Amino acid sequence: MLIKKGSDIKWSEVTPQRIYLDRRKFLAGMAVAGTTAAAGLGVRNLISPPVVRADGGSGLAPIPGLQKSPFSTTEKITPFKDVSNYNNYYEFSTDKYEPAGLAKNFRTSPWKVTIDGHVKKKQVLDVDEIIKMAPPEERIYRHRCVEGWSIVVPWIGFSLSELIKRAEPLDKAKFVEFTTILDMRQMPGQRTNVLDWPYVEGLRMDEAMHPLALLCFGMYGAALPNQDGAPLRMVVPWKYGFKSAKAIVRIRFVDKQPLNTWNRSAPNEYGFYSNVNPHVDHPRWSQAKERRLGEFFKRPTLMFNGYDQVASLYNGMDLKKNF
Amino acid sequence: MRLGWKAYQQDLGANPIEVITHATGDWTMRFLLITLSITPLRKLTKQPWLIRFRRMFGLFAFFYVSLHFLTYIWLDKFFNVHDMLADVLKRKFITVGFTGFVLLIPLAITSTTGWIRRLGGKRWQSLHRLVYVSAIAGVIHYLWLVKADMTKPLEYGFILFVLLGYRLAVSLGAKFGQKALIPAEQTPQ
Repeated sequence: MLIKKGSDIKWSEVTPQRIYLDRRKFLAGMAVAGTTAAAGLGVRNLISPPVVRADGGSGLAPIPGLQKSPFSTTEKITPFKDVSNYNNYYEFSTDKYEPAGLAKNFRTSPWKVTIDGHVKKKQVLDVDEIIKMAPPEERIYRHRCVEGWSIVVPWIGFSLSELIKRAEPLDKAKFVEFTTILDMRQMPGQRTNVLDWPYVEGLRMDEAMHPLALLCFGMYGAALPNQDGAPLRMVVPWKYGFKSAKAIVRIRFVDKQPLNTWNRSAPNEYGFYSNVNPHVDHPRWSQAKERRLGEFFKRPTLMFNGYDQVASLYNGMDLKKNF
Repeated sequence: MRLGWKAYQQDLGANPIEVITHATGDWTMRFLLITLSITPLRKLTKQPWLIRFRRMFGLFAFFYVSLHFLTYIWLDKFFNVHDMLADVLKRKFITVGFTGFVLLIPLAITSTTGWIRRLGGKRWQSLHRLVYVSAIAGVIHYLWLVKADMTKPLEYGFILFVLLGYRLAVSLGAKFGQKALIPAEQTPQ
């Protein structure tokens, strides 16, 4: 007769009592986790079906009836993904990859724009009224940042001159000043003192009246993404990017040259004019070349960013002094 | 490593070369500061074994600064010697950054045990104090290149200030015989 001593089961295999007693909880937990996972997958698929959109995937309201513009370049357009994820927008962050996320819930409606200073028609307009002032045009412009990179963007808007004409500036108005919204609650960058807020930019009246100067409210066939300056921004293609104010709430006509934010921050580095100029270096880096996003080799930077038609605005001016 | 993986995944964003330049620069500074914190940490916590990691971290810093420099001469200047010389002479931040890099080269070369023996501890040690200059150059390089946001270079600068301040306090303490400042097993490093 064979009498086994003890059992074949080792103590290490015995389920601890605590877990044994909790086994129902464990099973219930498994069930909950499983259902949640399954449901989660289902919901995600319902909310965002993988659709490729014609507008580059912005999901923003398309702008119909776009007119083509003779000012457009035929150069390769920078992908929407890059233009909407690489933004110098210090109101949100000094990191170019952050505004896309931080501006997600930025409120652009309702949005009022004050037009004042030396004009006959001082008024506060809703941005929707401004957008309807003239037919929207698509303008494919080169855009050169003072940091040495560039992009090609299909902006949507019309010449700023359309708005200026309607405002009827007085003779005293020599410059136009643009002010970006001041809203610390929505713009985390404004809680720091990296720059003096609100952001101010300006153009001389003849620059502002030049047909190339674009009052912009869209890109890539649709409304502007928040991180690109929604709902209303300037695009001045022959100047470095920072001259084009974003999220504009005030357009003021003044008799003195406005003190633009970057000029105030570092007067020896950023001038009022800030025309793209390969012959005038930034004090700390060369402006002779630029990196077009998506290209491996750098390309030479063109005078006035290739927009020679503005050259006559600066006849007789020393552009080294008036940088 | 992470950089390599992200590059492989084409996940370096809109301006990959800028990302690579910034990341390699950042890691150079981080490893320099880690290297410089070994000695204070070792003495304050009385953990002499920490010294074994100093050379490794120093060489990591050198590895990243080499990548940083390579990114500059290759992806930024495309080996255009003329442009590079102009940059080094004209741009203060490049001058100081380049100086910091050049000063690290002899340190990397003489980092081996053989070289310590050949030079003798004292001489080797004075040579390797160049790393202080290099780290300061790194911070200035960073400070001079940013547009407006000085947060990060100032953070590095502050840490460096503390690390070098500690050394200054220790050496002054030794000079004036204030034994209290000097940890017991003090040997100059």
